[in-house]
Amino acid sequence: LRRGWKIFWSVVIGVPIALFIAWALWDNERLFLITLLNGLTLASLYFIVAAGFTLVFGLMRNVNLAHGSLYLLGGYLGFFTAQYTGSWLLALAAGFVGAAIVGLAMQVSIFRFMPGQDLRQTMVTIGLSIVIADILMWIIGAQVHQMSPPDWLDGPIRNIPVIKAYSNYRLALLPIGIAIGVALWLFLNRTRVGMMIRAGVDDRAMLSASGVNVNLVFAVTFAIGAGLAGFGGVIGAVELSMAPGEDVRLLLASLIVVIVGGMGSVVGAALGAAILGLAETYGLAYAPTYSVVFTFVILVLVLAFRPRGILGRPA
Amino acid sequence: MSAAYWRKAMNRGQTPSATRGPTPRQRPTRTPWNFENPIRVHHVVVLVFLVAFPWFATPFFTYQIGAQSLALGLIAMSLTFLGGYGGMISLAQMTVAGIAGYMVAIFGVSASDGVSLGWPWWLAVLLGVVIATLAATFIGWLSVRTEGIYTIMITLAIGVAFYYLALQNYAVFNGFQGKQKVFPPTLFGIYWRDAVPFYYLVLFWALAGYLFVVYLLRTPFGIALQGIRDNPRRMHALGFNVTGHRVAAYAIAGLIAAIGGVLFTWYNGLVTPGSVGTGWLINILVIAVLGGMRHPVGAFLGAIVFVLLQNFAIDVIDRERFNLVIGAVFLAIVLFSPDGLLGWWAGLKSKLTNQRGGNRWKEARGRLYARS
Repeated sequence: LRRGWKIFWSVVIGVPIALFIAWALWDNERLFLITLLNGLTLASLYFIVAAGFTLVFGLMRNVNLAHGSLYLLGGYLGFFTAQYTGSWLLALAAGFVGAAIVGLAMQVSIFRFMPGQDLRQTMVTIGLSIVIADILMWIIGAQVHQMSPPDWLDGPIRNIPVIKAYSNYRLALLPIGIAIGVALWLFLNRTRVGMMIRAGVDDRAMLSASGVNVNLVFAVTFAIGAGLAGFGGVIGAVELSMAPGEDVRLLLASLIVVIVGGMGSVVGAALGAAILGLAETYGLAYAPTYSVVFTFVILVLVLAFRPRGILGRPA
Repeated sequence: MSAAYWRKAMNRGQTPSATRGPTPRQRPTRTPWNFENPIRVHHVVVLVFLVAFPWFATPFFTYQIGAQSLALGLIAMSLTFLGGYGGMISLAQMTVAGIAGYMVAIFGVSASDGVSLGWPWWLAVLLGVVIATLAATFIGWLSVRTEGIYTIMITLAIGVAFYYLALQNYAVFNGFQGKQKVFPPTLFGIYWRDAVPFYYLVLFWALAGYLFVVYLLRTPFGIALQGIRDNPRRMHALGFNVTGHRVAAYAIAGLIAAIGGVLFTWYNGLVTPGSVGTGWLINILVIAVLGGMRHPVGAFLGAIVFVLLQNFAIDVIDRERFNLVIGAVFLAIVLFSPDGLLGWWAGLKSKLTNQRGGNRWKEARGRLYARS
């Protein structure tokens, strides 16, 4: 029966998608392929931001609703670093380190004192997100900031068959996302700290009992998770733009990515990011005023049939 | 099998034994209307104050402070009911309220013709409340599929998704502009948008909602809901339909939020994507937590403080920095007084009188947070 259901659902979901692809390719192949690339590159950004979110949630059961604010903070830090030094790589580093430090401060000064109180921690992150967003608006203002890409990634790539030209920077997001994913996988699976983090995801109490300083592991994880948000912020500062409100957008993306993909799973985050990125861009290209409905339908379908997400495991 | 049946069964089995120490104080049987606490002086004082308020207050205070606090309090109370008594923190209560407001504007009259059908006001309000309640039931059905901390994420995702839908869609929701000039009707020769009639309108619904929730919490359903909050597995083992109770709680909270939403839309005279944006989703949580989720009255207390801060904090600091103030107040409450103003007041009272009574609050302390 299980196999029968699997086939049934692949048909129910697969056939309409296949029909849509066939129709879209026949109708306008260039639009379809460009949307595909746009979707995948957006998914890459979503993955970087959501990976940090899911990492923190998996280990600490802390739903960090200030994740979007950390994204925006990283973006602004990167923007001003790039303005003063002119180096995009330095901006990336500044975004990562700046957000990581703020995340670390949050963990060390607040969350450490309320262990096991998930709901209270979440409420604190809500308060922090309001405060951080308003302080950023106070200092930087409400106008839109846009970062220019580094010279060696600027301009379009020409002479691609069918698509003709595509932004170099956007295309570069794909390898960046994959590199981050691989690095995260190596870190979690091949290093000692990564091992501790995975052990903590499975059983916090046991990890602590076996002599590991759990608070230190928590702090490192929180710093990395926040740092990834800041890193994503610098990348997004070029591709999207920075303005008050962007934090909410990325927070929503992170939430949906981890709900769809399964909470606490990095591979799930990649899968969720791909689904969300593609759904959002195809929605925008083919049904502009209802694009968010597709996202919502995906969320509903996943929750209805797999309440813990596609790759989620029981907590 | 109801909770009342169980309570009776448990009480019957309780035989006084010498080894058990003092026998528990005999309590009168609690039927829904035989309140444990009879009507006390402060109830009367508060009621008289609320009814007499427009007589001595300026129209500004009656409308901006009084009516707004009561309307917001009604919406926040739906969250108190859901969170404090059902153990489910939903951030989508303002979304439900917003859906009701949008529906009233879509079916009724607003400034944007073409997207407003212009049906009579009572039909529009009825449809708005019904559709919003159905939406709330659907949100509940979705979010009770997972537990505890997931609820807050899923409801936030649903709420923000609706915000973007309202923002991007012009055919139905009129995009960024939203629906302007959504006003209450003229009835019995009274224009209900005027300060004093509107205040009494909101007061009526706020009182009705409050009494309804207080009543409901003492019915078998309410008791069972609180049991599910404290220990869903045990209640499930006792034969209660946990999912059913939770979805029903969402539906009831949705009904209350929908009524509050219609009133709040009339108060503002418009409904825009901004009124269902993250800011307001979170503000409702801030109001509920600020007052305290131990008792429905906390929502109204929180709303009064919120509205006062909104109107007068700007005199002390920059108007633009209201979010900073409210965020800091919220942080302070969550960090230092998790039970909000009610918890703070209870702590103060027991410190002053140094009595063991009044610790009904203390027993409940941190229940909201202990669960997840």
